[in-house]
Amino acid sequence: MTERVWGILVDSFPKLLKYGVEVTIPLTVLSFLLALLIALLVALIQYAHVKVLKELCRFYIWIVRGTPLLVQLYLVFYGLPSVGIVLDAFPAAVLVLGFNEGAYMAETMRGALESVSKGQLEAGYCVGMSYIQIMLHVVLPQAFRTAFPALGNSMIAMLKETSMAATITVMEMFRQAQVINGRVYESLALYGEVALIYLLFCTVLSWAQRFGEKRLATYGGGRI
Amino acid sequence: MMLKIKNVHKRFENLEVLRGIDLDVEKGDVVAILGPSGSGKTTFLRCLNFLERADRGELIFDGEPFDLHAASRQDIARVRKKTAFVFQNYNLFLNKTVLQNVTLGLTVAGRMPRHQANDIALRALERVGMAEKLNSFPSQLSGGQQQRVAIARGLASNPEIIYFDEPTSALDPELIGEVLSVMRQLAREGMTMLVVTHEMDFARHVSNKVLFMEGGSVVESGPSGEFFSHPQQERSRDFIRSILEARK
Repeated sequence: MTERVWGILVDSFPKLLKYGVEVTIPLTVLSFLLALLIALLVALIQYAHVKVLKELCRFYIWIVRGTPLLVQLYLVFYGLPSVGIVLDAFPAAVLVLGFNEGAYMAETMRGALESVSKGQLEAGYCVGMSYIQIMLHVVLPQAFRTAFPALGNSMIAMLKETSMAATITVMEMFRQAQVINGRVYESLALYGEVALIYLLFCTVLSWAQRFGEKRLATYGGGRI
Repeated sequence: MMLKIKNVHKRFENLEVLRGIDLDVEKGDVVAILGPSGSGKTTFLRCLNFLERADRGELIFDGEPFDLHAASRQDIARVRKKTAFVFQNYNLFLNKTVLQNVTLGLTVAGRMPRHQANDIALRALERVGMAEKLNSFPSQLSGGQQQRVAIARGLASNPEIIYFDEPTSALDPELIGEVLSVMRQLAREGMTMLVVTHEMDFARHVSNKVLFMEGGSVVESGPSGEFFSHPQQERSRDFIRSILEARK
């Protein structure tokens, strides 16, 4: 490796890391929280068989899972202004990423909810609890435990997908790499470097996922 | 009369599961509900606690009538408050410890202070011999132990009657005894119980009344001594004989 390339790498590393920590990670966290909220709502509506809303939820999942993320980003950021809805790049990215991953996570949550035995609900009714009380104290904790590994995977996927936000002008880590590369023309080195930083972030996340899985209650061991 | 059940009907799609069941229960009665599988025993029991909604039927509980088909949410809550239900496969809350399983209904549904609920739970668990396992989770217990905790959970709300839906059918043979002995103890203490069971010894020696069902109808009902010694109906005789033969 030439001295010039080495210099570029050393120079760009703190800059990339800064955008990673200050933009990519907040973008991931905010989008993930939004996705989690949507997933929970959509899964609960389906689990409880709420009329009309349930159909709406299936429609949402159908649309989101059937169209590419990139297209969704373009639609919202470049498309919506023509009907008067103008969003800044960052909130647009949070919205699209959240709604996108939310559809997948809703299916995860729905599966986890449905894996909780119906007997748990019946036992709850028989000791006098209401539907909502049973959901809060019995069904949701068990469903979250079941869904945790899959939700962790979703978060890791989302972290990488934030790089797509570069296409709608969000100045996040990958976009920053593109900008630097525009000056120095060292694609292999710079994109390799940014890939390594993503890898680092994802590795930390998967450690956290594994740690969380161990720490989370297993309710006396074994699968629930 | 503590509990008067009249004309319970239930149909699942094209299958008529209950064709008008009647039953009178006095305080302190232990009623064994017998019958071949598919006779509607379990559905009958579940209808009494609104786990299944009957198509028709009436429940008169302490003189107060409840419509088994059209009961309001408040009515259902009132009935459930007076009763406890023990399931075939225990249905303990899997994310809760033994102690929490017994207190959850008290603290969450009954808004009872925790220390008071703990006291009640401890006493209930002592009655079933499970006070040593307060902090275990259901998955760490044997089936017999889980069923005893489930009985304690039922006792904690101080019910007037306990419904048992085949409480020993999911248990390994060597674990059945411990659950039956708890139930026998409850019967001795005067607890009113409705027990769907295949345990003939229990039906014969512990229960004082028998309701024998087949095909969604009552074939014969009456004092259990008479049922076993002088069954009136041909079908009852066949049933008792087949059970006795199966045991040999």
